[in-house]
Amino acid sequence: MAVATTAAPTASDEKELLISGSEAVAEGLALADIDVVTGYPIRPYDTVIQAIAKKIANGQLVAEYIVAEGEHSQFEIVKHASTVGARVFCGSSGVGWAYAMECLVVTPPLRVPMVCLVGNRALDDPGAFGVEHNDALFVRDLGWMLCWIDTSQEAIDTTLIAYRVAEDRRVFLPLAISADGAFLTHSQALTLVPPKEKVDKFLPRYDRGDLLLHPDNPITVAPQANEDWVIEIRRQNDEAMKRAVAVIEEAYADFRKVFGRGPENPWFEEYMTDDAEIILVGMGTISLPMKVGIRTLRAQGKKVGLVRLRWFRPFPTEKLVKVLSRAKAIGVVDRDYSFGSPFHSGVVANEIRAALYNAEKRPPLLSFICGLGGREVTLEDVYKATDLCYNAANSGKSEAKTLWLGVRE
Amino acid sequence: MAALICEVVYRGIFQKNLAARIARGIVLSARKSGRWGIAFGRYGDSPQRNGIPAKDFAIVADTKEELEQNMARYEPKHTDVTIVLDDTLSKGVESWAWYGLQPINRLTVPNGTVLMTSVQPFESLLQDIHKRDTAYKLSLVRAKASFSGLWVHKEDHTEARILGALAKIAPSFLALDGVSQAIREIEWGSDLKVASARKAYDRLETRQVKITEGNAEIPYSFEMPKWWEMREGVTIPAIPIGKPKEGGQGYVPERNPYFKKFTTRTMRPVIDFDTCVKCNLCWISCPDSCFDVMPDATFDANMEACCGCGVCEAVCPVESCITMVNEAAFEDNASQWEMWRKDKAAYKTWLTAKIGDKQTTVRSHGFRFRGQYEQELTRDLDGGGVEITAGIPGENAAHKTV
Ligand code: SF4
Ligand code: SF4
Repeated sequence: MAVATTAAPTASDEKELLISGSEAVAEGLALADIDVVTGYPIRPYDTVIQAIAKKIANGQLVAEYIVAEGEHSQFEIVKHASTVGARVFCGSSGVGWAYAMECLVVTPPLRVPMVCLVGNRALDDPGAFGVEHNDALFVRDLGWMLCWIDTSQEAIDTTLIAYRVAEDRRVFLPLAISADGAFLTHSQALTLVPPKEKVDKFLPRYDRGDLLLHPDNPITVAPQANEDWVIEIRRQNDEAMKRAVAVIEEAYADFRKVFGRGPENPWFEEYMTDDAEIILVGMGTISLPMKVGIRTLRAQGKKVGLVRLRWFRPFPTEKLVKVLSRAKAIGVVDRDYSFGSPFHSGVVANEIRAALYNAEKRPPLLSFICGLGGREVTLEDVYKATDLCYNAANSGKSEAKTLWLGVRE
Repeated sequence: MAALICEVVYRGIFQKNLAARIARGIVLSARKSGRWGIAFGRYGDSPQRNGIPAKDFAIVADTKEELEQNMARYEPKHTDVTIVLDDTLSKGVESWAWYGLQPINRLTVPNGTVLMTSVQPFESLLQDIHKRDTAYKLSLVRAKASFSGLWVHKEDHTEARILGALAKIAPSFLALDGVSQAIREIEWGSDLKVASARKAYDRLETRQVKITEGNAEIPYSFEMPKWWEMREGVTIPAIPIGKPKEGGQGYVPERNPYFKKFTTRTMRPVIDFDTCVKCNLCWISCPDSCFDVMPDATFDANMEACCGCGVCEAVCPVESCITMVNEAAFEDNASQWEMWRKDKAAYKTWLTAKIGDKQTTVRSHGFRFRGQYEQELTRDLDGGGVEITAGIPGENAAHKTV
């Protein structure tokens, strides 16, 4: 233990709070002045619902807080509230998210811009609390926008950005923010909370326009349709998702203008990738052991970098390919599984393989399954993955391999 | 470049809020000198279970990078200070995840500090705390374990006193002034709390613990199976049924050798076998099937299995036949019934002494009745304690004096 050398933090117009990822989302929700929120508890998602309840009880947020009798109902409630013009919030974790699946499926075609938090949790059984990404990934093909956050700061910032993107008339799609259970939802870090005036400059009111369900705007939502209509409806969803790309880029650029911080590249974070021979890829808090491991590897002269993917839907295909094809080998670390999929790999690894198919240069890609159920991703796991990537790079063969790290074997 | 890593070991439900406040308080105090920090709970714990040992952690560091360095794992592998909020945790910690029994000083670095709230003498604590092969310090804040409930916090200043004590232990990270400032600013902060922190700073008792000192018991442990060794289908074999005792007159069930639960206990039942009417109610009602059937048809509460919930005391129809006693009064988990069989008069003496001990070291599982806290407080004040509620904003404040 050394003597204090550093000075107290300097003041700015932002408050610094010691809050968890979930509490940071709740701060964002209060700043976004949501209208309707539903609650049904499941760990780790329940932490955000507790934080919102406290805000409402303390008079810091005026919103309708509806306790539902299950996840299915809570998503139905906010879906309806959104169609009549309310800014809504909801969420769940693990099998709670799965239980709401029927409502999750109907939300994109109805163009309901609900914002949700998925506190990532392993699916049952065995009823573990720890993180896996398979829960949020359930909706990856359905028209949901999906992003993964890494810190409490990113939690509050992304909450504000999420409403801006989802409620843009060009998009009007639901958006799920994924936060790793425990590592983010339950860890309290020093976080900057911006003033309401700035947020008001960044985030316009939710205007449902011609889709508003209101007596002054007589419409019918979701009439039954068959093969005579369905494919056109799907094509509309497809177009909205494509338009989301530009909207997301606009939102991040504006965020930087208004708040003076935030990433230049919305899609993924690059850490020491400029000259990297090996690039590791992951989503969420897995970045922490990776960054710390990479610092050590760099000190040993190994040129390793990290791409932490923020946005999974829409998937940043061209941008990602541009960075990854520079590497001699790629190691994708999935905190999920996709049993029986090509090469028995993880979901992210298979997406990246597909993205690279048309690339001129396709480095060897290794898929790693790691940290399931909240198992610690150790520095040794990072070193091992790097070594295996170097082997693949040196062999020059682009063999498709999937390796499990940190499993007792 | 430096970092301070603290763990806060506490009892599920009763101290969940207290531990969280301490972990937060550490980071906020260190922030006053520009440090970065993070506070988090041990997620595999299930602190919503009565009395289960659980942990929070606080890490503070000079730079963000160094903070990351120390955060890049599931939880710290070593701690500079191990804060223990209940002295019965001295017997070790068995967490909700299956890791066996872990000595309370397991993570504490060589020459690090175990900081505990306790009214016991050092020597009796060292009968419980496991021996280890490096020396460390044991520091005591003189206080009873502060217990409340899952949704409430008992304003007895324990968190302020712990932070004050930490300022003594790790002054380069938590200067007393920084701690005072942070305490004033946190939820329910007050000048009176700051005074409590400063008193704890002045009154902290510390003693070196040598490698020859401590409980010599080898904590139970086991190997976890490999994935291909495990049964499929998320199944586990049932615990075998038990064994008859003494030619079938008694019966002792088998119990899980990998998950024992006894470190959850803050109080344990003692049984007066002379007054037992053999009604079976304790045996039927115990939620953990702790009662072994004895050849004379009485029931012996097995202390390897008992989590100390107190149900048996509540259901026993005979006055003072089962009595819950502070766990700190016991040195081992030996059978009470065998002791009684061997020498009934000696057992009676032992039993009376243990129950008598309850009078002086009584502890609560939160609040059993309205007004209990006020009663406890009166007793503390009679013993020369400082009135504490004056600093709490709210209806009580007007009626209190400093
Ligand atoms: S206190 Fe009594 S009822 Fe509770 S676990 Fe122990 S023996 Fe069983
Ligand atoms: S409940 Fe009391 S009286 Fe009944 S068997 Fe148990 S110890 Fe004896």
